Amino acid sequence: MVEPLLLIKNLHVAIEGKEIVHGIDLVIGAGELHVVMGPNGSGKSTLVHTLMGHPRSAVTGGSVLFRGQDLLAMSPDARARGGLFLAFQYPRELAGVPLRSFLYAAYKQHTTARNMRPRSLLSFQSLLAEEAERLHFPSALLDRPVHVGLSGGERKKCEILQLRVLRPALALLDETDSGLDIDALRVVAEGVQQLRDASFSVLLVTHYARMLQYLRPDHVHVMIGGKIVESGGPDLAQQLEKEGYEKWTRVT
Amino acid sequence: MTPIFAHINRQILDTPNPAPYAKGAKRGVDEEVVRRISADKKEPKWMLEHRLESLEIFQEKEIPKWGADLSSLDLDDIIYYARPFDYAQGDTPDDWAKVPEDIRKVYDRLGIPEAERKVLAGVGAQYESEVIYHKLKEEWESLGVIFLDMDDAVRKHPALVREYFMKCVPSSDHKFTALHGAVWSGGTFLYVPKDVKVRDPLQAYFRMNAKNMGQFEHTLIVADEGADVHYIEGCSAPQYGSQALHAGCVEIFVKPGAKARYSSVENWSRDTYNLNTKRAIVSKDGTIEWVGGNMGSGCTMLYPCSVLAGDGARCDHLAISFANKGQWQDTGVKVLHLAPNTSSKVVSKSISKNGGTAVYRGMLKVASHAHGCTANVQCDALLLDGESRTDTIPDIQIRNDDVTIAHEASVGKLSEEDVFYLTSRGIPKEEALAMIVNGFIEPIIRNLPLEYAVEMNRLIELEMEGSVG
Repeated sequence: MVEPLLLIKNLHVAIEGKEIVHGIDLVIGAGELHVVMGPNGSGKSTLVHTLMGHPRSAVTGGSVLFRGQDLLAMSPDARARGGLFLAFQYPRELAGVPLRSFLYAAYKQHTTARNMRPRSLLSFQSLLAEEAERLHFPSALLDRPVHVGLSGGERKKCEILQLRVLRPALALLDETDSGLDIDALRVVAEGVQQLRDASFSVLLVTHYARMLQYLRPDHVHVMIGGKIVESGGPDLAQQLEKEGYEKWTRVT
Repeated sequence: MTPIFAHINRQILDTPNPAPYAKGAKRGVDEEVVRRISADKKEPKWMLEHRLESLEIFQEKEIPKWGADLSSLDLDDIIYYARPFDYAQGDTPDDWAKVPEDIRKVYDRLGIPEAERKVLAGVGAQYESEVIYHKLKEEWESLGVIFLDMDDAVRKHPALVREYFMKCVPSSDHKFTALHGAVWSGGTFLYVPKDVKVRDPLQAYFRMNAKNMGQFEHTLIVADEGADVHYIEGCSAPQYGSQALHAGCVEIFVKPGAKARYSSVENWSRDTYNLNTKRAIVSKDGTIEWVGGNMGSGCTMLYPCSVLAGDGARCDHLAISFANKGQWQDTGVKVLHLAPNTSSKVVSKSISKNGGTAVYRGMLKVASHAHGCTANVQCDALLLDGESRTDTIPDIQIRNDDVTIAHEASVGKLSEEDVFYLTSRGIPKEEALAMIVNGFIEPIIRNLPLEYAVEMNRLIELEMEGSVG
């Protein structure tokens, strides 16, 4: 049997002593795109932050294997170098840290971890310029401090720009569609969709199905009250978009 | 093309050379020491008299008690004067090949000769009490620029030196300026003639080497009318776990319409009490710019001061201090608006880590006749953990109401979310913390020439080492 890329077993997570995620099982195979949908406060964001190693997420039970390794034992930076990436819902403003040099530092960490020779700074600049253009991300912003003074849409593009440069094996997308207008939504979603191949998987958590017209999901999960209450194919997302979460919220 | 100072590491900064000259050297200060210094330097009588008067003031004055804790400083256990070797008088080498090899290597490792070749107009290097190398490029010498070791300057330009020496910072200022007046040795004399604009910066580097040393270099800069000059100082010392004292003095005279920039990267060892005094007097339409970084020393009291004495004079202060474990960085900026239409701008940033204490102690005075002045003070503190400390103590005295004054202060804590964001991109935590700190001081660093910005960032990275327990 082929080992899955990500294997989550009965994961429990508490924040400041209060359990938010109550036992999640999830298996993501190589090349797959999973969507976890749910209303506000269902624990979706906590789930992806926990996978990335957020210091406030306390794992109170369960296990996570990523590429066969105990993910929960790794520091956030080791997880990233191991091929995990989190596109934040609210990307941080980093005063005085220029995007270009920050991203080059991150890029070098990744290539070193993969035993690859990093591009020279000059060659990296052209890669960056190319990717920025693809995402309609103004190149002038590359020399500005990370996210400082950027609009919500520009920040989301910046996250996907980083994703495209760092080329993770698994991208966790936290509400990447929120705050985007229709054009930006398309550019961002296509920016992810174009990367899809057997060595790139995605876990998207979102409220809405609107990003799914560009990203063809393999599996859709409904998360309510810290649990996955139903899983299915792409049809489930369409059903949710029409009927909402009421069916499950009534039950719980 | 590796930047000149990118390789600086702890070993380079902390490894001492042997110091046979310090064995059995006299400790403490008295008339005998002062007379010996003056005799060694074959000084004119007025300078000896100045030293002896200063010694008297020193003996009368109390150690200041309003700032950092100086109670453990034992002034009787400091070596006030040490010559690593004897140059013939008036003969400071202008060729690195003439500097003894073990000392030359120290400066090689610090990148000074390389910086001299690549980016500087002139260099001075001091080791203990003695300037061991001094050179100004021919291009500037021919335009009348004087750049000399201070001891040489007293002999070669007695009238010029006497006109300015300790007229900006008098010995009577406080106990440590008095001490400085008595035992000063080495330092820089820089005179830039009328309308000469020195394109490249000049640098002096001060290295203390022996255990329990005291260093008392005197820097005197005169930028004559319409002149323009940038002078940089760097300092370091190895660590012994036993006290050392630095009480230097910097005096800058900015004549009408002239502009001087003074940059310093002070990185003494934890052993060092850095009780330094720096002041500029700025004439009509003149400008003084200060860019300073303070790290390393266990205890610092340093408050660069701009006296805006002429109509339309300006000053710009940019300051960084880093207080790590066991360090007390008591720094600040003093600005005196003594003439109308003068303007000042102060940006100060401090970082406290591992229980270190950073204090901003600022003074802003506007005289009653100084109408139409503008003053802007901004001080930001960054606390890297819960055990570190910062204080802001501004003293503002405005004697007329026709002025524009702004004072802003902020204290920020290191954001866990920022660290998480950076590490989530694969950047190790220690490097992430250094990035955040370098980002915090970036508005100041960008005002340093590129090579020195690299050095400053590198020194900050060294302070950030071991941040992740």
